[in-house]
Amino acid sequence: MASFGNAFSSSIGKKLIMGITGLFLILFLIVHCFINALIFFNDGGLTFNIGAHFMASNWLIRAGEIVLFVGLIAHIVQGARLTFQNQAARPVKYAVTNGKANSKWYSRSMGLLGTLLLIFLIVHLSNFWVVSRFTGIPTVDANGHEDLYAVMKETFKELWIVVLYTLAMISLAYHLLHGFASAFQTLGWNHKKYSPIIKALGVWYSIIIALLFAAMPIAMYAGIIN
Amino acid sequence: MSTENMNLTLKVWRQKDHKAKGNLVDYKLSDISPDMSFLEMFDVLNEGLVDKGEEPVVFDHDCREGICGACSMFINGQPHGPLQGVTTCQLHMRSFKDGDTIVVEPWRAQAFPVVKDLMVDRSAFDRVIAAGGFISVNTGNAQDANSLPIPKVQADSAFEAAACIGCGACVATCKNASAMLFVSAKISQLAQLPQGQPERYRRVQSMVAQMDAEGFGNCTNTGACEAECPKGISLENIARMNRDFYSAKFVSEESI
Repeated sequence: MASFGNAFSSSIGKKLIMGITGLFLILFLIVHCFINALIFFNDGGLTFNIGAHFMASNWLIRAGEIVLFVGLIAHIVQGARLTFQNQAARPVKYAVTNGKANSKWYSRSMGLLGTLLLIFLIVHLSNFWVVSRFTGIPTVDANGHEDLYAVMKETFKELWIVVLYTLAMISLAYHLLHGFASAFQTLGWNHKKYSPIIKALGVWYSIIIALLFAAMPIAMYAGIIN
Repeated sequence: MSTENMNLTLKVWRQKDHKAKGNLVDYKLSDISPDMSFLEMFDVLNEGLVDKGEEPVVFDHDCREGICGACSMFINGQPHGPLQGVTTCQLHMRSFKDGDTIVVEPWRAQAFPVVKDLMVDRSAFDRVIAAGGFISVNTGNAQDANSLPIPKVQADSAFEAAACIGCGACVATCKNASAMLFVSAKISQLAQLPQGQPERYRRVQSMVAQMDAEGFGNCTNTGACEAECPKGISLENIARMNRDFYSAKFVSEESI
């Protein structure tokens, strides 16, 4: 009898789930980042609200949102499980470790960085997602679209939120810096020709995504875009 | 780097047996030659302890030529000490300075229980090998050189994987105590040669299952294992093992 057996419960299978959901979230961040970047047109949010309206009204996107939450929750739950299992694999700790001699600090801190991102996500979802899906966006713009841009402006008047978002994007940059290339290694994509490209792409991706996202609350708070 | 004899403080993990609670014990050593190997320094320490009627420090060692994989020791937070590409027996005291304090601990992992002091039980590795790290046919005498053509890059890659001495430094240094570098090396040395093909996908499933059963952690691709491996085993082997595992589980119709 052929079966998938312990394909997903084995140590490699658990990594595979982290890798696939991680890459899926990486793709999501590209879409999320570029739609949000429409605020940089600096037209009072008219273009951005068109994008936001499309995302909120297209049924394919709404179906995708369910897949996104499944992927996100799988990534978080599996990540937490792996972290606890990996800690249990060394019940007696070393008195002295010299991790910086052999690896990057952020590669060893994915659980911590992920936890910071989870705290950010709870604040972030209550700031925007809950408002646009449940409590309702209070105003409409000149085109008659729900004015999510106004919600953004209102939210980013608070300094602590801007600081929280900026710190979260630093966490995100480091989380991606390891996660991007790591996901490919987990999938078995280690190749002399392609791995250097993947690594370089991962570095650029992490920096650009985090910088663009961080620039949004900062620019709004500083009044660079109105 | 020191050229003069030196005085050192050692903090060595002492643990009576598997069940006992261990602790770090301080030892002062004087007039240590920089030309001694790290293990010879431990011989000096043990001779002193025996002279005083104390129990010597138990540690694993065998060939003292850097090829057997017996010696271990987690030295100042790194397996086999601060140098790259060497085992503890090939680490010399010239890598330390007069007045240094050196902390020496056993490999620490759920799957490597401490037997006594710095000696751990690495038979989990043996059981992983026994689960599938072999080929089940007699290969007979050496064949005529050209009867089994193997591309040079492939042969080289298999030989590089076969350089693994099974010392356990990868597990010791991994923050997750994962054995994936070891297991992937043992899989890769066979997966790239013709003799290893018939059992290739059965092997990867059996060995990974045994690795998991032994209680090793899960790989998070930090790369610490590759950096600390005395034989330079590459992370490419882990990627190959992952590929073979996926092929076995998702494509192959045979299951174990």
